[in-house]
Formats: sequence, structure tokens, C-alpha cells
Amino acid sequence: MRSFALHRPSTLYETSALLGGVADSMPLAGGMTLLPTIKQRLAAPAALIDLSKIPQMSGISFKDDVLTIGAMTRHVDVAESELVRSKIPLLASLAAGIGDPAVRNRGTIGGSVANNDPSADYPAAVLALDAIVVTDRREIAADAFFRGLFETALEPGEIIIALRFPVPSAGGYAKFKSPASRYAVVGVCAVKKAGKVRVAVTGAGPGVFRVGAMEAALEGSFTPAAIAAIRVSPENLSSDIHADAEYRAHLVTVMAKKAIAAALQTL
Amino acid sequence: MSNIIGIGAAPRRKEDFRFLTGRGNYVADVKRADMTFGVFIRSQHGHALIRGIDKTAALAMPGVEAVLTGDDVAADGLGSLPCGWGIHGSDGLPMKEPAFPMLAQGKVRFVGDMVAFVIADTLELARAAAEAVVIDYDVLPAVVGVLEAVRPGAPQLFDDVPNNLCCDWELGDKTAVATAFRKAAHVARLSLVNNRLIGNPMEPRAAIAEYNGGTGHYTLWTTSQFPHVVRFLMSALVLKIPEQKMRVVAPDVGGGFGVKQFHYGEEAVITWAARRVGRPVKWVADRSEGFVSDRHGRDHVTEAELALDENGKFLALKVVTLANMGGYLSTFGPNIPTNLYGPLLGGVYTTPAIYCNVKVVFTNTVPVDAYRGAGRPEATFVVERLVDVAAKEMGIDRVELRRRNIIPKEAYPYQTPVLVEYDSGDPMGCLEGALAAADVAGFAERKTASERDGKFRGLGYSTYVEACGLAPSRFAGRLGARGGLYESATVRVHPTGQVTVLIGTHNHGQGHETTFAQIVSEKLGVAFDNVDIVFGDTDRVQFGMGTYGSRSLVVGGAALSKASDKVVVKGKKIAAHLLEASEQDIQFEAGVFSVAGTDRSKTFQEIAGAAYVPHDYPLEILEPGLEEQAYYDPVNFTYPGGCHIAEVEIDPETGIVTLEKYTAVDDVGTVINPMIVEGQLHGGIVQGVGQALYENAVYDDVSGQLLSGSFMDYTMPRADHLPNMAIKTHSTLCTHTPMGVKGCGEVGTIGSPAAVINSVVDALSHLGVMHVDMPATPNRIWRVIQNAAMPQAAE
Repeated sequence: MRSFALHRPSTLYETSALLGGVADSMPLAGGMTLLPTIKQRLAAPAALIDLSKIPQMSGISFKDDVLTIGAMTRHVDVAESELVRSKIPLLASLAAGIGDPAVRNRGTIGGSVANNDPSADYPAAVLALDAIVVTDRREIAADAFFRGLFETALEPGEIIIALRFPVPSAGGYAKFKSPASRYAVVGVCAVKKAGKVRVAVTGAGPGVFRVGAMEAALEGSFTPAAIAAIRVSPENLSSDIHADAEYRAHLVTVMAKKAIAAALQTL
Repeated sequence: MSNIIGIGAAPRRKEDFRFLTGRGNYVADVKRADMTFGVFIRSQHGHALIRGIDKTAALAMPGVEAVLTGDDVAADGLGSLPCGWGIHGSDGLPMKEPAFPMLAQGKVRFVGDMVAFVIADTLELARAAAEAVVIDYDVLPAVVGVLEAVRPGAPQLFDDVPNNLCCDWELGDKTAVATAFRKAAHVARLSLVNNRLIGNPMEPRAAIAEYNGGTGHYTLWTTSQFPHVVRFLMSALVLKIPEQKMRVVAPDVGGGFGVKQFHYGEEAVITWAARRVGRPVKWVADRSEGFVSDRHGRDHVTEAELALDENGKFLALKVVTLANMGGYLSTFGPNIPTNLYGPLLGGVYTTPAIYCNVKVVFTNTVPVDAYRGAGRPEATFVVERLVDVAAKEMGIDRVELRRRNIIPKEAYPYQTPVLVEYDSGDPMGCLEGALAAADVAGFAERKTASERDGKFRGLGYSTYVEACGLAPSRFAGRLGARGGLYESATVRVHPTGQVTVLIGTHNHGQGHETTFAQIVSEKLGVAFDNVDIVFGDTDRVQFGMGTYGSRSLVVGGAALSKASDKVVVKGKKIAAHLLEASEQDIQFEAGVFSVAGTDRSKTFQEIAGAAYVPHDYPLEILEPGLEEQAYYDPVNFTYPGGCHIAEVEIDPETGIVTLEKYTAVDDVGTVINPMIVEGQLHGGIVQGVGQALYENAVYDDVSGQLLSGSFMDYTMPRADHLPNMAIKTHSTLCTHTPMGVKGCGEVGTIGSPAAVINSVVDALSHLGVMHVDMPATPNRIWRVIQNAAMPQAAE
């Protein structure tokens, strides 16, 4: 690891100034992707701007049927939060299944969403729950936020402050995890709210995506059986030494059924 | 004397206190004054010519001591890394043995091959300098698979090794086998792949070397399973340093599994570099580096055929294997898929005729060498899978077919048609024990319950034998070994009566400090806590071949037993003098020398004291002191074996295989410490389950890049993959080792892959599935189910 300067601002103003003013700087959340990348010398920023001391970026609150989670909230805190468990249980169980305890004790929701790893869990929930990504500059709807492989709507220097999740009437997340990395080979989040259904898939392709055919079928009947015969095309799905594209396509249906079954448990 | 903890007891492991309290002393913990740090520059290409290396920029950087390359190695006239085995092909000619340079000479042959070594004041400076070294490669096509490597037109690794064929080896009676196949009522055939594995010990490899310009002495600390062999090979063949001026220390080592039992180029480079720069040099591999440089294991492609008569009696076995050697011959490389494979194809059966042909093949991959089990898991997998295929095809129950062919207990010693003679064993007893312990009778009910949940359930057997306790030197020499395979031990009794043992084996997780202390406690009647075991330092321990091949207790323990016996013999002479009795009348039991039929006695402690303060002592006929040494060379291998039964459940929707139950009943001979044996079995089985269900080293067949080069992609088995295991022993005593021991380090890894895959195939048998290759990953199982569900033309 090359040496770098570490800045630890305590206000958003200071943070923006550092990100804009310090050459070759990067924001540091939990560091679960960034630090290994630096250790492997694949990245060599001159400065890291640690976001952990900014009050607006932490904490979990509930108001007007919306659950707001500060970007620097760790996975373990989401998993163990009584508020999250009671309002959107799928988020708590999703967080409890990320990586391993070491990752959950450091990794943050904001870091995960900003990184948009194609196999990360949170993007599926953010997209299916139709969450709002709140940054230091604006509010971005989930559908406009994710733009494929590690790409998001975030502009240079823009940082996520919080995620706002509308509470659904039902929702579930099911993940087929890699036995090696514990990332999602395929993860499906299915959410029902006010008669509308959103189904988001992570892991299967180069970025999180929705499955319209499943959403339509589930709006007719919110049951696993309603989507049992719906197959996504393997054409644009990922293929690697653990899972080929056809298998991933098959798993999307299998995991979607499990997600619906989990959602029905919460009704 | 009290506090004797002897053979059969299960005390807590002595070594665990320092390990569990962070007080171990590993190579990475070693610090020397003024030491430098080294980084190896490794090939990023599977196969390439080196056009030039520009080290100007790196050498100009602050704190950089040196950048060493293959040219420097050649200029200093150093040797290449030796292979410890020279096997011969069926044509009688020796294997092709191209040089394995410590740093690449003009060509790289695998991703991870060492090209240069950069030395600087700090690790960070060395890393930065390594990035500044410019290497001009001319990339060549790579070949990573054995089938592709022997095809005409394949990329050639070496100019003088046509078709990349190192050796075309054979064993057994080809004619007798052909005759038996002609009269067979049935022939079962199977094509299979034995997947490539990466050992991944918890502690990465590391080394630090120091040169004393005043005395000309070198010291190398290295993560080795056999420091004396490293010293011998480096002194005699690689660096040509006088052996007495070379000290090799392998302190606490965090797991080996075979990966650390070779002489690696890094050890030689670092030792040489320490003299070149005149400062100590330290290197610690990171995990990614381990993936592309630790020797890999397995990697076979095999066609096997079993001939049977109408009653299912095995008539003959024919096995043709292509074994991957990787880019060069590692220390034991060619021995593993030949001598440690072919002779095991008899299994526990009375198969009268066996023929085995192994083509040993070079490819653009990490060199392949011994990994826990080494050759024997591969042999067991072939035999035990083929027995199941034959049973299925002939409509004979799998257990019944085994019963009809198992060597009966009373037939031992049993000479197989493939060189080895089993001295003892009771495979039928192990089978019967395992059937009961695994509740096979209740399987049908469990299967029905699984089916109610939409799951498939299967049961798999592996009745196996292995050859351990490597090795009888004379026998090994006939097979091509270039060194001896004995072991040595010194029992040093101090004036206080306390004992230090100096032994040539190496403890890196096996619990030797406990097991060997139990042997001494039992033999000399010394308190368990008063025995310390010293290993891993060529300046302290006389000599030794190290730890591998389940040999430490079998060969090293035997040397220790013999040395302890010599102490008792001398002690009796001293006691006879002090007690004014005839030596023949002295008895020794539980630490007390006494005159038979009297109450006159001397404790072991008193005798030790007399030996070192010889005021009243028979100096005319006996030397003072109480220290004895023994070398032991075994007369035969030992043959542990047993029966393993795996039970799996498969979710047909996802293809996930869940190991539900695992039962092992093993014959490991005399058990010194049952807790340690159980631990060895657990660990070994988990590694075998890892091979069967999870682990796979995968190369890109175009570029030669290792695709499974980190724990993100290489699936190590984890605690949540495994059920509680039922481990039992059903021992017969080895007839030729001093204590009747057979060894247990590898049994788990040897028996388990076949048991697990047999259970997977059983679970899928209603679909007509006859074989599933390892690892049985969810994707692979799902494919097998898809293919079975739809009728299709044969390939």
C-alpha cells in the first residue's frame, strides 16, 4: 500500500471542499472495496477523505412512512436495528447476509450503493423498494441512479448522504450466494406497494435490473406460482467459473419465487 | 513417577498454549538487524520469451539495494532446482528433466514464474521499485490442459521435450490384463477428471536469510516441512555452499499440507541475495502470490476400465492417466502421479491383474506436486468410482459387490499385483462398522423424507487403503528416489531427569509436541510435562527428512521409540552398578529401575543424575551421560485404510449439494492420542470434501491466467458447509512398525472424495446419471439434471 494523506472532516461543507480541492483524493466509507484495491496497488489515491465523522450521514429514522438510513450506517447496524426490522424486515435480513461479520462490521450502505458492484446486495433492495438516493447536491430516484457495472448517476465529488426507503406493504429478498465470496450469484428483491410490484435482480448481469414480466404477473397474483414459468433471457447475463448465463437465468426465477415466499411471510 | 501421560491418552496439545495466546514464532515474526525486504517480480504471462529486462529506473530509486535476474544467477554459476525423483518410462528411458532455474532464463512458463527479485530498505520501496522494472516479453501461445498439451501442434514448453511429454510411465502386467478383459462377463468403463487443487495453508510461505561475512555462515529461516532437506539440496546442488556453513530453521509453521515440503526457488534466491547485498533479506508471500506460486495438487484426466466375471468378481483393472506437471518438475513432482498412484490401484480388493499407464505432461501452469494424500486420493477415486459404476451396470448392490471382492482379514499379509504388500488390515471390519455407525438401515426413510421436500438424497461408500509412512529407502530407491526416507531422533536426558527430544520431523499443526512427549512419557516413565520436543532447526537437530506422507509418527516415532529403548538399556547398566545387581536382573517400569524380586530400586531421575555426576559409576565399561540417538528406516509402507460413508441431499432446483452426514471408520493402527487422531481425520475429510464439492483451480485455456486466483473465486470449504462427523477407528496393528502405528495424516483426504461423489451420483441415479466430475458445484449439478431430463444424442 502506498502512503496517502487521511482527512477526517466533520461537516459536509468541509468534505466537499476537500473532495474538490485535494488532488487525487477519494472518499472513504467502510473501505471494504477501496482498501483491498489500494492494497493490491490497483488504486493509489494521494488522499482519502474519511466520511465517518459527518453527523448527517449516520443514524436510522422513521417519519411519514419513510425509513431513512444514513449513508455511513454499517451493515451490522441495519441488520440489528429494531426500527428496520419492524418497518422493512427485508432490509435487515439482507444486511445480515452480506459478506461475513468482518465486512458487516465495517461496510456501509452508502458505500455499497455508491460502488454499485454488480454482485452487491443493496442495489437490488434500493431499486425494488423505489428508494431515493439523497446526495450532498440532490435527490435521485433509484431507477435513475444505477447505470450498470460500477456506474451510477453520481457526479465527481458527489457523495451519498442517506437512503430514503418508502415502507412497502410486502417485500422479500432471496440470494444465491457464491460459496467462495458470499456475494450474490443471483439476488432477487421483490416488493409490493399500493398494488404495484417491483422486482430487482442483482448478481445475474452487469448491473442491477428490473424484470417487467414478473412485475406484471405479480400485480395480478402476488404468489411464487405466478412467476414460476417466467424466464429471463440469458443473453445479457454474466458467465463465470461459478455460474454460466443459462444457470443464472434459471436462478433468477428460483430466487424470485423465494423472495415472494419471504415477502408473503411479512404480510 | 506420577504425571505419566502415555500411549492412548488424550491430553491437551502442548503447543496450543503458545498458538492460542499469540506467542508462536513464525518466519514472518523473525526480525534481523539491518534487514532488507524483497519482492519477486512474477510472470504475468502463461508462456512468453523474455526479450529484455530494464532495471535502470528501479536501481535509481532511493533505498533500492539490488534487482537480481536470471542473468545474475547464470553469472554466479548457480544450479537449478533439483527434482528428488528420477522415474523411467515404459521404454526404459529416463524422464525428460529440463532445468528449473531459480529465476527465469530467457523464458517464462507459467503465470507466477519468477523473473526478478527486488531488494530495498523497506517493503514499500521494494514494491515501488518492482513496478519500475520494465520487462519486455514476447508472448507465446499457452497450453494449460493435459489433453491439449499432448496434441500435435500444441505450444511446446521446452525445445527438447517433444509433445510436452515428460515421461510415459507404466506399471503392471499389460498382457495378463488384456487376457482377463477378453474373458470378462462385464467391463465397466469410466472417464474422469481429478480436479486441480491449491493447498492454501493458513500461513503464506515466507523466508528470511542472513549471511555472516566473518564466518561464512548462512542462516535461512523458511516455512518448510523439511529444513534438513532444504539445506542439503541448497548446499549440494543449487548454491553449492558447504553444508556445515548452512543453517536452515523452520520455526512455527502455520500448516503445510505438502505445499511447504518442496525446495522452492524463493529460498535459494533469498539465501544467495543475502550474501550479494551483505544484509539480511526478508520476503513474505501475500495470499495472491501463494495462489500462483505454491505448488498445486492433483490435475489428472483418466480413462479406467474394470473387468468382472459373471458373479461380479474383479478380474482386472486398466487405468490410463494424463497427469499435469505444470511448467517444471517440482521436488517430488513426477513421483506423485506414478509411484504414489499406480501401486494403490489394487485398493482393498483381490483384483488379480492391474495395468496402469501414466503420461506425465508439462503445461503452462504452476508446477504440480504433493498435496495431502498425493497420488493416493486420485487412485482411490478411480477405483471406488469404478466399483460403483460396475455395481450399477451389473445390478449388484454396491456394498455387496465390495464384499465379494474385499481382501479377507485372514489373507494378510497380502501381495498385490502392483508392487506393494499390505502387512495388515481388516477392510471388511471397517465396512461393517461404518454401515452400523452411518445408520445405513435408516437411509430409506431419510430418503423418503427428502423426497417429500422435493429433494434427492444419496449415500456413497468408499472402502479404501493407502500407503503411508514414507518410505522404505531401498524400495523407494528402486522406484527412482534420489534420497533416503528414514528418520532420526535423539533422546537427551538431562541431569535432572527431564528430557529434550531432537527429531527430524517437522510439526506444523499435527501435534507432534504432544504425541511424541506421550511416547517418551510412556517409554521412560518421565512426566509428560518434563518432555520437550525440538524440531525444525538444522543446528539443533542431527538430521531428518521432515514431515509428509503420513510419516512423522510412523517413521519419526519409530526412531524416537528406538532411541528411548536405548536410553533404558543404558539406564539398566547404570542401575545394575548402583544396585549391585546383575544387569539381567534389572527391571524397568513406570520410571523405576528395580532388582527383580527385591525392594531395591532407583528412579529414572536418580539414574540420570548418576550418569552426569559419575562419582559412583562404572566408568571402565560405560561412558557418562544419558543421551541416545536412533535412525529408523522402515521395512515397508504402512497401509491405513477404512470405510467412509457420505450422505448428501440435493436441491434439484438450485443444484446445491448439502453434505448431511459423514461417517468414517478407519484403521490407523495403534492410536497414540485419540483426540489428535480425530482432529487429523476431521481436517483430512474436510479437505477431501473441499475437493469433491467446492475447490477448483481453473486456468484460462488461451492466456494461461489463473481464474481462481483468490478466495473470492477459489472456494475453500467452511464450517457452515459441513455436518458433524462420526469418526471411529477399527484398528489392526501394523506388523513392522515398533508401536504398531500406521499414520493418520492423510486418511481423511484419501477416503473422502470418492465417498462424497458416490453419494452425489447415487442421489441422481434415478435420472440415469453414472458420473459427476469434481467439484460437484451447483451449476454442474443443475446441468447434469437438465441434460438427464432431456433425451439427447450421445457425445
